[in-house]
Amino acid sequence: MEPLDEILETTNDLLELPAEPMRLVMGPSHPAMHGTIRMVLDLKGEEILDVDVQPGYLHRGFEKSCERGTWQQVFPYTDRLNYVSPILNNIGYALAVEKLCEIEVPIRGQYYRVVLGELARIADHLVSNGAASMEVGAFTPLLWLLKAREWVFDVLEAETGARVTHSFGRIGGMAMPPTPNFKENVRAILPKVLETVQEVEDLLVPNRIFMDRTQGVGGISKERALQYGLTGPCLRAAGVPYDVRKDNPYLVYDRFEFEVPIGEDGDAWDRFSVRLEEIRQSARIIEQALEQMPDSGPVSVDDPRVMLPEKNEVYTTIEATIAHFKLVMEGFKPPPGEVYSFTEAGNGELGFYIISDGSGTPYRVRVRPPCFYNLHACREMLIGGNIADIIPTFGTINMIGGECDR
Amino acid sequence: MGEMTLSQGGEGFFTTRFDELLRWARRYSLFQYPFSTACCAMEFFGTASPKYDIARFGAEAPRFSPRQSDVLWVVGTISQRQGPVLKRIYEQMADPKWVIAFGTCASCGGFYDNYATIPGIDKVIPTDVYIPGCPPRPEAVLDGLMLLMKKIETGDREPRVVPPREIPQLAQLRYGRDADKPEGAK
Amino acid sequence: MSEAVVQRLREHFGEKILESSSFRGDEEVTVDKASYAEVIRFLRDDPETAMDLFGDLTAVDWPEREGPRFDVVVFLRSIEKRHRIRVRVRVADGESVPTLTDIYAGANWAERECFDMFGIRFDGHPDLRRILLYDEFEGHPLRKDYPIDRAQPLVEYREVSDIEKLPPFGIEQGQPFARVDWEARLAGRNKQVSPSLGVHQGQRRMLSDSEIARAERERLKRETPAADAEGSSDGAK
Ligand code: SF4
Repeated sequence: MEPLDEILETTNDLLELPAEPMRLVMGPSHPAMHGTIRMVLDLKGEEILDVDVQPGYLHRGFEKSCERGTWQQVFPYTDRLNYVSPILNNIGYALAVEKLCEIEVPIRGQYYRVVLGELARIADHLVSNGAASMEVGAFTPLLWLLKAREWVFDVLEAETGARVTHSFGRIGGMAMPPTPNFKENVRAILPKVLETVQEVEDLLVPNRIFMDRTQGVGGISKERALQYGLTGPCLRAAGVPYDVRKDNPYLVYDRFEFEVPIGEDGDAWDRFSVRLEEIRQSARIIEQALEQMPDSGPVSVDDPRVMLPEKNEVYTTIEATIAHFKLVMEGFKPPPGEVYSFTEAGNGELGFYIISDGSGTPYRVRVRPPCFYNLHACREMLIGGNIADIIPTFGTINMIGGECDR
Repeated sequence: MGEMTLSQGGEGFFTTRFDELLRWARRYSLFQYPFSTACCAMEFFGTASPKYDIARFGAEAPRFSPRQSDVLWVVGTISQRQGPVLKRIYEQMADPKWVIAFGTCASCGGFYDNYATIPGIDKVIPTDVYIPGCPPRPEAVLDGLMLLMKKIETGDREPRVVPPREIPQLAQLRYGRDADKPEGAK
Repeated sequence: MSEAVVQRLREHFGEKILESSSFRGDEEVTVDKASYAEVIRFLRDDPETAMDLFGDLTAVDWPEREGPRFDVVVFLRSIEKRHRIRVRVRVADGESVPTLTDIYAGANWAERECFDMFGIRFDGHPDLRRILLYDEFEGHPLRKDYPIDRAQPLVEYREVSDIEKLPPFGIEQGQPFARVDWEARLAGRNKQVSPSLGVHQGQRRMLSDSEIARAERERLKRETPAADAEGSSDGAK
């Protein structure tokens, strides 16, 4: 018998780990957590007794920064809220200001917004699912999904000129009309993206390890989810079919046929599957939107108080020069009042509560960050689980620092 | 390894040549610690993705412990709250170490010019290479990496900025907008 | 659609609903502070309103207003009835509001954030700490009188003289401009800083970025001819 075994045999009970709660601090820079966040865990062995989730490491003063520029200058900041799907934030903010000013964007512009927005949603879900699977040890799906994301980015880049932070939305429309081969470009990538998603699904869904790591992990009941204000894929995974696109259709979402996938237990597996399915539904929406989208016509309102005049007019006519100057220097002035407008962003209901005092500068821009509330419920999902469950739970909640901490 | 055989010579000769060998070796096996905090992490993913493939430069292996890494990539905004964390990570790294400021926020605070953010990581830790861009394109990131490699090879510790890259062919790739069409309004 | 909710509240609470308004389809009620928690609880439990989804909770600062300085605003939504409502309560500086944490679990973090950003206290909140900022932070940044650029660093900055930064990120980087100078405005002077003169601390950046970059490249070329030779051939590829 080896000496070590002897010791083990005689002092077996002494080697038991102490059972009193152990405090473990995870983060703020933990490799398996995308984004910086800190968790203070109280552990009994492997079991989590309590957890204090501390966000805020990426607080960049979004709301304060908005109060010092013009209304148009808020767009770049909104890009960097949920930086995985910036266009959706642009649109959300633009819709809020348009609601305040009662502006209606031309129909072609609305379709354009829908298509770009859904492309951004696809990119969002690709990244979040890829990151979630990478964190539980499946690296290949991440690379495949990133490959698919590059195709989406190629189209977005051709349209907007930027890969990630587009700042493409404008109050009253979009910055530019679609490129001539917009429709072909989108149609060309959709099947490729869907095929990649299918491959990933084939790889992960029948995988025993992946099932064990995610099924029954980090679940939450319907009632608690609503209490916490969960929205988006996390709420739908818990079985509530709430999707702003269906329940309160904005833009032209009431013209499309699509389904709202829901899960059952609200666990990590359900959240993962709901996102996979949403990619397919977004592709369906895009196909229909491309069918219906008119090939010509304006994408922005024709209102000199809101939109910048054409560049060649600015250089040739004095009226346009003055209009341009006024709009840039003073900003455009919405009527005083306050509105709350909400859209379905990548992580759930993205609300903008904006207050105007009638001047060219927003009085207050409050964003309702969906993943702030999603992350809040994380504590309840984790208590009672094991340490290893933190990673899949946190990964599928998809906390995005820019949006959560603003 | 000509250097190794040659290094049997005089002692002074040995050290200088060995230095060079060491630099050469360091240059091609950079272990990185990605301290990714914000939007720039999306492009960091992009650079690591199959299309741009940072592995070609021998710098793909992330070490998730600062103690084992040579390059600290500061990817994204560093808020005041994060300052102490960043400093501590830097101090945990073993020498020789290099720091890359990835993106405008890490370089100078970017447009988050307010109470919450640190105006550039060099207010807290020394920085070797700045990659401008919000976020920088993967091409710029690779440029930054090559710049760092060059610096390592020459032993230069001056801070450097990745210069803008002019690609004449890019002009041909510009897409025409349908504003040129007779029908299209703005 | 949500008028019914307002109607129902008026029927049930009568005088306690101070105001109600509807603007661009958003219904809003203002309640007095004493009955605030009661109203929210009623909205959740009453089968006709059935507000089961906690939307959001935030505050707005009105320093120039007569009367209480802050508004605490709560957004609720009913999944089933598909309506929503905004409830507002006025709070003076230094006063506290009853907490909603026992009605909606989600209010916990929202109230912490509200405390962090505005300094409004919530009575009965189980754990009222800062959430987005750090404990050492003094003041509440979203109050209008908090200057936007007053940073409170946790780490000592390195000596400026040993930051050898190159021009694009020179020591005086950034574009510090504020269109509304709240400090001046609250002191009763100079309401709005003219944006064209702009930039009340002075526009510090003179050249456009590309010009700086070009000047910089030229400087580099002069100083390190060897390194640059390679650099430019990279660029031409
Ligand atoms: S430089 Fe731009 S993209 Fe990068 S972290 Fe800062 S705001 Fe985000």
